[in-house]
Amino acid sequence: MVEFALPKKSRVVEGKTFHANGNLKNPKRFFVYRYDPDKEENPSVDSFQIDLDSCGPMVLDALLKIKDEIDSSLTLRRSCREGICGSCAMNIDGRNTLACLKPISECKENVKIYPLPHLPVVKDLVPDVNHVYAQLNSIEPWMKSDTPPPASEERKQSPKEREKLDGLWECILCFCCSTSCPSYWWNGDRYLGPAVLLQAARWINDSRDEALGERLDQLEDPFKLYRCHTIMNCTNACPKGLNPAKAIASIKSKMVERLG
Amino acid sequence: MKIPHRPLSPHLQVYNLPLTALLSISHRITGVSLTLGIVLLTLWVFSAALGEEEYNLFSLFLNFWLGKLVLFGFSVALFYHLCNGIRHLFWDIGMNFDLKKTMLADYTVLFSSIILTILVWFFALRDLI
Repeated sequence: MVEFALPKKSRVVEGKTFHANGNLKNPKRFFVYRYDPDKEENPSVDSFQIDLDSCGPMVLDALLKIKDEIDSSLTLRRSCREGICGSCAMNIDGRNTLACLKPISECKENVKIYPLPHLPVVKDLVPDVNHVYAQLNSIEPWMKSDTPPPASEERKQSPKEREKLDGLWECILCFCCSTSCPSYWWNGDRYLGPAVLLQAARWINDSRDEALGERLDQLEDPFKLYRCHTIMNCTNACPKGLNPAKAIASIKSKMVERLG
Repeated sequence: MKIPHRPLSPHLQVYNLPLTALLSISHRITGVSLTLGIVLLTLWVFSAALGEEEYNLFSLFLNFWLGKLVLFGFSVALFYHLCNGIRHLFWDIGMNFDLKKTMLADYTVLFSSIILTILVWFFALRDLI
């Protein structure tokens, strides 16, 4: 359902301001969304000031510096720090991206950091993505084939067939795209969202997969696929430079093609 | 285990919507306005069917500044919805999904709908004067 305003208990209030000690040579202020499940308080935005001269170049470096030096209770997901694990996906300066790939130098004067939009927040910058994973599971993202594999070798693909998967297999499931999509905000309970539909396209376009008809049948639904209205926020957000909107359009084309 | 209350993270409140997204919501808004505008168009035809007096009365309203403003809004909505609709047709056949092409199309749609609106009003007002 379309609900423009946040529920009462989700509204963001002003938080604490942390001033840096001493003179900073290269100061920068970060406004970070905070929510503590152990307190019965609304989420807030805390403000931290750090010295960029003693900080790495990326927003993730700044967040870890804040966690190390100012407030150890700041909670976020991170792992690889090089854009391949998809853990540190968050909303930075109003756009979804990976904190480890976003240079601080590209940010505005005051950097604003929120968790991925329109998701239940577990703590601070950690959203609950269980529902998105359940949706991913629902499209059965694995190869389905009735034909047994050749006795002494793997299932082969020609370079041309393999090419069809380029731009699809690289997805790291950070969900920057799904949570940037207004359609997914309003209908995320039933619309699968760009990330999951891109995964669906990855298997639909795989020459070794034999469940094309079954996969398309499963998506033929007013909500699952057709809530995509080509708003293009997904493609604009993808930190890996992929094009979920195009992948979704390719599924829609396949739906029409099979009508003959 | 009881799942604790979890706040909903901010969405529209914090998202910096790209131009393409703004044009997308405009497409909807103009679509709804056009539907409402059809009522006006029907009233106009209806007034003509009723007779000369009623038709003149309705024309009087349309020539009043408020009527002109409504007509101007209708023409903007019509041309924007038309141009953006054509762009949607390209998307429907799987074209123009690259970000650069999308941005180019954003500006093309805006530019052509403004030009078409100006053209129509140029000819409309020229005849009035």
